[in-house]
This record gives sequence, structure tokens and C-alpha cells, in this order.
Amino acid sequence: MGKFFAVVLVIIAVASAYPIVMHQFPLPQDISTHGHLIDDQLNETMVEAGISFVGAQLVLAFFLWSFTGRKPGSALKNFPGGARVLVIFAFVIVGLEVLALGVMGQKAWANVYFSAPSADALQVQVQAEQFAFYFRYPGPDGKFGQIHPEKIDEGSQNYFGLDPENDVPARDDIVSGELVVPVNREVHLMMHGKDVGHSFYVRELRLQQDFVPGLDLSLHFTATKIGKYEIVCTQLCGLGHYNMKAYLNVMSQGDYDNWLKQQSQ
Amino acid sequence: MSETSAQQAHVHAPPEGFIRKHVFSLDHKVIGKQYYALALVSVVTGMFLSWLMRIHLVWPNAKIPGLELLSKVGAPGGVMTPEYYLSLLTMHGTLMVFFVLTNAPFAAFGNYFLPIQIGAEDMAFPRFNMMSFWTTFAAWVVLMLAFVIPDGPPIAGWTEYAPLSAIGKDAGPGMAWGASLWGISIAIFCIASLLGSLNFIATTLDLRAKGMTLMRMPLCTWAWFITSCISLLAFAVLLPACILLILDRHAGTSFYIPAGLVASDRLQPHSGGSPLLWQHLFWFFGHPEVYIAILPSMGIVSHILINSMRKPLLSAKVVIYSMMSIGFLSYMVWGHHMFVSGMNPMSALAFSFPTLTITIPATILTLIWLGSLYGANIQINSASLFALGFISMFVAGGVSGFFLAQPSIDIYLHATYFVVGHFHMVMGVASLFGVFAGTYFWFPKMTGRMMNEGLGKLHFWITFIGTYCIFMPFHYLGLIGNVRRYQSFVDDYMTPYLGVHKFMTIAALITGAGQLIFLFNLIYSRFKGQPAPENPWNATSLEWSIPSPPPWNNFGGKHPIVYHDPFQYGVKGSKGDFVMQDSPEQVPASGN
Amino acid sequence: MQMKRVVIAGVVVLAASALAVANPNPAGGTISGKVTYEGTPKKMKPIDMSKEPSCAKMYATPPTGESVVTGPGNVLQDVVVYISAGAPDDAAPSSAAVFTQKGCRYIPHVLAFQVNQELKIVNEDQTSHNIHPMPKLNREWNKSQPPGTPPISEKYDKAEFIPVKCNVHPWMHGNFAVLKNSHYAVTGESGSFTLPNLPPGKYTVTAWQEEYGDQSQEVTISGGETKTVTFVFKAKPY
Repeated sequence: MGKFFAVVLVIIAVASAYPIVMHQFPLPQDISTHGHLIDDQLNETMVEAGISFVGAQLVLAFFLWSFTGRKPGSALKNFPGGARVLVIFAFVIVGLEVLALGVMGQKAWANVYFSAPSADALQVQVQAEQFAFYFRYPGPDGKFGQIHPEKIDEGSQNYFGLDPENDVPARDDIVSGELVVPVNREVHLMMHGKDVGHSFYVRELRLQQDFVPGLDLSLHFTATKIGKYEIVCTQLCGLGHYNMKAYLNVMSQGDYDNWLKQQSQ
Repeated sequence: MSETSAQQAHVHAPPEGFIRKHVFSLDHKVIGKQYYALALVSVVTGMFLSWLMRIHLVWPNAKIPGLELLSKVGAPGGVMTPEYYLSLLTMHGTLMVFFVLTNAPFAAFGNYFLPIQIGAEDMAFPRFNMMSFWTTFAAWVVLMLAFVIPDGPPIAGWTEYAPLSAIGKDAGPGMAWGASLWGISIAIFCIASLLGSLNFIATTLDLRAKGMTLMRMPLCTWAWFITSCISLLAFAVLLPACILLILDRHAGTSFYIPAGLVASDRLQPHSGGSPLLWQHLFWFFGHPEVYIAILPSMGIVSHILINSMRKPLLSAKVVIYSMMSIGFLSYMVWGHHMFVSGMNPMSALAFSFPTLTITIPATILTLIWLGSLYGANIQINSASLFALGFISMFVAGGVSGFFLAQPSIDIYLHATYFVVGHFHMVMGVASLFGVFAGTYFWFPKMTGRMMNEGLGKLHFWITFIGTYCIFMPFHYLGLIGNVRRYQSFVDDYMTPYLGVHKFMTIAALITGAGQLIFLFNLIYSRFKGQPAPENPWNATSLEWSIPSPPPWNNFGGKHPIVYHDPFQYGVKGSKGDFVMQDSPEQVPASGN
Repeated sequence: MQMKRVVIAGVVVLAASALAVANPNPAGGTISGKVTYEGTPKKMKPIDMSKEPSCAKMYATPPTGESVVTGPGNVLQDVVVYISAGAPDDAAPSSAAVFTQKGCRYIPHVLAFQVNQELKIVNEDQTSHNIHPMPKLNREWNKSQPPGTPPISEKYDKAEFIPVKCNVHPWMHGNFAVLKNSHYAVTGESGSFTLPNLPPGKYTVTAWQEEYGDQSQEVTISGGETKTVTFVFKAKPY
């Protein structure tokens, strides 16, 4: 049965690696400026993980094949070098790998988190609530109105709790269920959680960030390709979590300007 | 330290009467079996819940026959509502992590075998031990009550993030009394665990027999000892976290809830709290918890491998130090669950380095196991199959951790099926393989009967191949961005991948059915199995020097004297190629 | 000559009374009228259903919000006009009041029905809804309704105006008007209402609009006449 086990292990190792090697589950297209750093890191990690996984399964298989069902009285041997060689290998190889990935990963991380949005980035606010995302643009006056939680009235679509009667900058704020942005323009997305924890995730942007009620968090990104992409919530937020999404609609600058004008009417 | 007097201080009278013998028993062996039984009931329940979840994911609007009996509100007409899916998900996770993976490899086997393996008559505090089990049972009852209350179980996942878990019924169905029952149950569980851990530590340090130095303890004893040290600190943090949660929910405090939240159209009357506080407290427990789940299995697997290979591991000391480093490092990595949580992004780097560093002791262990197989004389039986399978599974589950340890990759993979695949493989499969291995190995000792080998092997093959089929695809789905904790996939994006979900569901149902073989084997063998000798595996540790099953005081009133470590295999012993720990015979120079 | 006029007048009066006595109007009196507004009501915004494509695609142009629905001639629709005092409570009719989720909207936007009358909630959409009425006096509940599942049956035992929301789709909003008697109407496109079959008595007629609140007027019915009542709400631009 040891030899059977070895064969099963080889099949499993190959079968597990197959979908990866054959690119059957490719990453979605990358429409961001920093995404390639993440993709490179992921691919490099995949190679190392793949070698480790397949390697370990094959070694296990080889040892099972060789050292099960041995004739009684066969001599016992020790792995050449014993524990010392393996410990050194682990420290050096894994240590180096770990260091490399850790250092390499800093760049991708820094790109997303350690750079401030540029001063002329498009300012958009996103509010996450049970169970939708709503986006707010400041409107022609360039200023966001104040949020009043006690004035929120979803029945009349006042999702942000704006008070246009008394708060002048709120009057021209544009509220939309879609995140509409012009292509190749940096967007500064300010995040506000209305009720519980949610998260903002756009696969194609290689971006994910939790909304934390009570904290002012923000993201900035530049979308490089026109199209419609899903924004999905990835933080369990209640019964409608599975149906909490919006669309990122990346348009040409001209189309975006038209859209903005239409919303202001 | 005088071991003899510590030993004698714990001599107690034999139990009398049914209740003292089998219900409120002070005997660590009975308590170990009680934990095992609780874990068994929990794992069957948890597995059943996972079947319901997997069926629903593939056929969301189907009428599941009989489901309405479980919950009229949760499944009207047999069609599972979105919130009931989340309830099942929450209960599945909670049962599996706490009542299975903390109970079975650690509390059950540890309780049964730690005192015997160190040559003691019982645990240091038998009454605390009894209390630990019954407190755990009370926690279980409180948790299961959530199924029968009208509003149903909570829907916030086993991680119960605030504010969803803290604001009360306005957060959604199940978040009224369901979530409170969860908090109370886990708080009670924490108390039980703290008592248990204290017992393990005191027993290991104080009650070792003469000659049983720390370095002569079997590797599973070491694993239980290290686990109980981790457990003491970890559960000590979860307990106040749960208490604060209960206070927020019922006493109007705001530990986790900031001002200005509007849920169910109502302004929540709280202010000043931080949702991140819950995450910190929870994961400060939660990460060590996953090592509490895996370390005992690592110890059990090491213990069984040595026996099956008929030779010691390349270095027991390295294994012990590696397990200790994993335990130590486990406290420095909790923030890797929070890379995108809104913490200062600098902290991600601070947490990422120790997380990647844990790879080193984990790799050392794997290489030691693998390297030790070289030149061995591996005996195949049900127990060794699962022990060997553990190595395969641990690697499979561990390498995905490599991705998740890097914050930049985690931006993409966080909260996807990649994470779900990762933790199911290491915890749900690898750790459970340790439990299966331990069961097949120690069943003869615990019951005096052998389990059926044929059925055991069949069980192994179905489980080994089946769990790969179920959980490997989780990783692929994660790579394409399949989000987790969704009760169904209503987006066009996921349509091409629904076939993969179907495959996983069918694999899960088949593998689950295969577990019935194990259950049957357990129950049948308990009554009809072949009578077991004292040492069916020709093993060296002290549990194999006493009758199967052991008498109430383990060593029959005698105090064993230990002459060797438990790794004396491949030597010319009087009984064969091994020398038992309590045998005074000398071992040729190459041993010791 | 004077005598002849008196006699003719007397005969006419007698005849009219005889007619009135012999033929009392069987339907009782009626209160009818219109609900209008003055000022500028706030503009209803189009509803963005992009998060639910299965509903969004049902509309050629997005529907608008319904918290203030006007009609030609400055009338207000969806106003509940009912007898709030002066009439005895009525037993609930056996027919159900039906509230439908269709196109991710509630139809009708305002559903008026009686205490203890069966409320039937239907889901005609391809998506799950979770209806959540938010009462202050009655028992609060919310229920999920996956597509294709049978209607939900509920009832309320206290009179109340209850806002209704959908937990899954934030823009969905409606109202239940749970009333004590059978004398009520909900204004339609013409803004008009009719409350027939009112026995003689002194009544308080109340008009309720979800944004503007309610207004009441006293009306006395003495026989089979129709009394006209007009309600005028002050519209707010915000």
C-alpha cells in the first residue's frame, strides 16, 4: 500500500498543479497603475509555492515508495547530514526566500498605501451601508455637504443624510449608485461606513480596503482602461452581504463630463 | 523537586458508583473520552451544516427536504434564506474551531494520555479537570440553544466582527439573542480552557515519574504542554473580549461601537468605541488558536511516525524547539488577519515579517518528518496512513499561507476563497488527520479492542483523496477573486465558475459519507473489535506498558521508573527492535 | 288665495318627507374631496438600481422616488384619507391586502388595510428581498423571501402607520396604513378620494402623507348627503 500511496501522491501533485500551470484560473485583467507589482509578486510566490508543494509531495512519494514494504531485517539509514543539514537548509533557503518576498513586497504595498493622493485627484466619497455602496461627488461648487446621520432617509434617497435646506454646499452634491470615473485620472476615494463593517474590493484594480465605522479611511487609484467592473463587499455585513455590490464605470473624459452634467440637472 | 512526594500527594481512592465512574468522573481518562465524545458530536453537526451550505451554494433556490423542520423561519418551504445560510456558516465555524479542533487533539487525547505518558496517576487537579469538561459542555449547550430560539443563530461568522456583532438586533436577523448566546458560550468556553491549560501545565511540570526528564517526554506530550502554555495566554484575552461584547450588547457600553451609526434606520445610541479593538483582541487570541489546533496534531503525528517508521526522528530536540518557536511566534503575527482592516499600513510590514518567519520552524518540522522517512522501515496501518497523510496536507495547506503572509498579495486575496482553502486545509484537514491518526493508534489502548484495519484504510483513502478534491479548488477560485461568505453567486462574474462549486459540493458529500465508515468502525469495534494486547504497535512510551484499557489508577498503584527516551526504535531490544521507556535494559551505545 | 299656497306648500313638504321616510338613502352619507399642495414640492430623483441588474433591466428609464408623488392640478397621490374619529371599529374583511415586490419596488407604494386583516406579501422578482416593516406599536419583524417562494402572510393588531423598507435594497420604501375601520381611501392620480356609507354623525377626517404628516377636519353627516373636503399640504422644496 505504500507504493500505492506514492502513486496517489504523484497524481495529486500533478493534478493540483495542472490548473495553475495551464492558466485555467487566470487573474482578471489589471486596470490599475500599481497592479503589475502585485501580479509579479503573486506569480513569483506561485512559482516558489508550487516548487515547494510539488517538491514535498514528490519527495514524500519517493520515500514512501522506497521505504515501505521493506524486507524484514533491512538496514535502517539516516538522511545524509541528519537534522543539521535540513535545519540549515530551512533557515537559509526559506530565510532568503522570505526576505526576498518581504522586501519585494514592500514596493507594491508602498505604492498603494505609502503615497499620498495628488492634489488634483478627483475627490469622491463612498458610503458603505447595508447593503449597497453610494458615491458622492462634490458637484460644481467643489465642496461636500455635511453628513447628518439623523437625517438619513433612504425612502427619499437621502442616503448620506444631507441637509440641502440649511446646508448650501450640500445642494449640488451628486449621489450615485455607480462609481463613475474618467480613465487615466487619479481618484481619491474617501470611505465612510454607515452602519457596520464593510469592505471595498475591485479585483481589476487590485484594491481592497475595509470600511471601519468611526475611522476616516481613503484609497487612491488610477483606472487605466475604459469599462465596467464590479465593486463587491468583502466584509461580512449581514444578510445582504452577497448582494452588496456596485459598478466602477470607467469612461473617457468626455463621457464622464457629460455624465456629470446630466447628474447635475 | 521531589517527584515521589508530588506523586503521592495525588493518590486518590478508586471511583465508586455509576455517576462518579462515568458522569462526574475525576479520572482523566474518562474526561478525555468525554471530550472526545463532545468533539465527535460537534464534528458530525459541523459537517452536516457544511453539507447544507455547499448544497445551497450550488442550488440556492432549491427546496431542501426536511430543512423546514430545522427552522421554519430560516427555510420557509424548505428554501434556505440568505440569513440562514450565514447562521449555518457561523455555527459551522464556531463548532469546528472551538468544539472540535480545540477539544479533540488537545483536550481529548491530551487529557487521556498526558498523565500516562509522564507516568502519573492522574492530572494535578482532578476536580478542576472535571469542571473543565462540564464547563465546556455547558458552553456547548448554550451555543446549541441558538438553533432553537426563534430568531435563530447569529449571522456574523465565527469571527463576529463589531459593530455587526455589537449593536444588537438592528444589525439583522439572529443578532439579537443568537449573538448574545454566542458571546456567553465562548466566554464559558474560555473559562473551561483556562482551567484545562492550568491543569496540563501543572501536571507536566510536577507529576513526571522518576527518570522522566522533560527531554524524555514523548513528542505529543511536549506538544500538549506547549499548546497549553499558548492556550493560557490566548483564552485569557478572548474572555474579556467576549465580556466587553456582551456589555456592549446589553449594558449600553461602547467598547466596540463608534458614534453616528445608523442601522435599520435607527441611530445607534453608542459612541466612542472602536471596531478595530474587537479585531485586535479577537485575533490576538485567534492566531494562537490556530496553532492550538495544529500543534497537538503535529505532536501526535510525530509520535505515531516514529513508531511506524521503527526509527526515531532525525532530531527530537529540533522538533521540540521548532514547536516552541511556532508557539512563541504565534503571538506576534495576529495583525496578518488585519492587513486591509484600516490599521496603520506600517503595521502590515511589522506583522508580515514574523508571519513569513514562522515558515522557518514549520519548514524545519516538515523537512525533519520527510528526512526521517529516508532509510526507515515504514509500517503501513490506518494510523500511519493518516500520519503520513498529515505531512502531505500540512504542506498543501501551509504553502498557501505563503501568499497570504505578504500584505501586497493579501490586498487581492483577502476575504476570497483562497483564505478559506488555506485554513480548511491546515485546520480542517491536517489537524483532523492528526485526530484520526491518534484515534486509530490509541483506540486499542482506550477500549481494549482493535479497530477494523480494512475499514480504516478505506476511510483513509476516501478522506485523503476526497479532501484534496474539495479544498484544492478553493485556492483556484480565490485566485480569480471569488469572495467568501456569500450565500450564492448572483453576479455575471462568477457564472463561469459555478461548475467548480458543483464539483466541490459533490466531493464534499462523498467525502462526508465516507466518514460514516469511521463512525461505524468506532462504534462496531468498541463492542465487537478484536481484543487488543497491551502493546499492539510495539511502541516504547509508557501508555503501552499498562493494560488495555488501563486501570483507574493507570499504573496499578505502582510508580514507574523511566530509563530511556521514547525514541528507542531500530535497536536490539529484548522484545524486538525497540526498548520501552520503563525497561531497565541497557541500549547499545548508538541509542539513548 | 293665501290658503291655497299654504296647502300646496304643505302637500309638497309632506310628499317630500314621505318620500324621505319611505326611501331613506341606503348608502348613508359621503365625504369626498381632493388633496392638493401649495408651494414647490421637492424633485423626485431617479432611483439608481445598478446594483441589482435583474431589476434595473426592467425599466427603459429609471423610475423616480415615491415619497412625494404629485398629479396634474397640484394634487398629491398616495395620501391616505380616513375617518380617525366618530366611527366604530370594524371587523377585518376576509380578503387579504396584497403588497407586491416587483421591479425592486413596492406596489402599491402605500397600502392601506385594517387591523387584523391578512397582509399578503408577494415577491415577483428574480432576486431575494427581505421585507422589514418598522412599526413603533406593533411587533417588529423582517422576513426574507427568495424568488419563487410562497407569499408571506402576516397581520397587525394595532392601528399604526408603518414605514416599510427592504433590507437588501436600500431604495425600496413603502408604507402600511393599518386602520381601525373600513372608511379609508388612498388618493390616486386625480388626487381625489371618496368615503361612502357613513351613517349620520360627527366625524374627523384625516389625511396622511408620508413626508408632510397629517391634517384633520371635522365633518358632520346628517343624512345621505355628500360633503366635500379639501386638504391642502404645504410642500417643501427640500
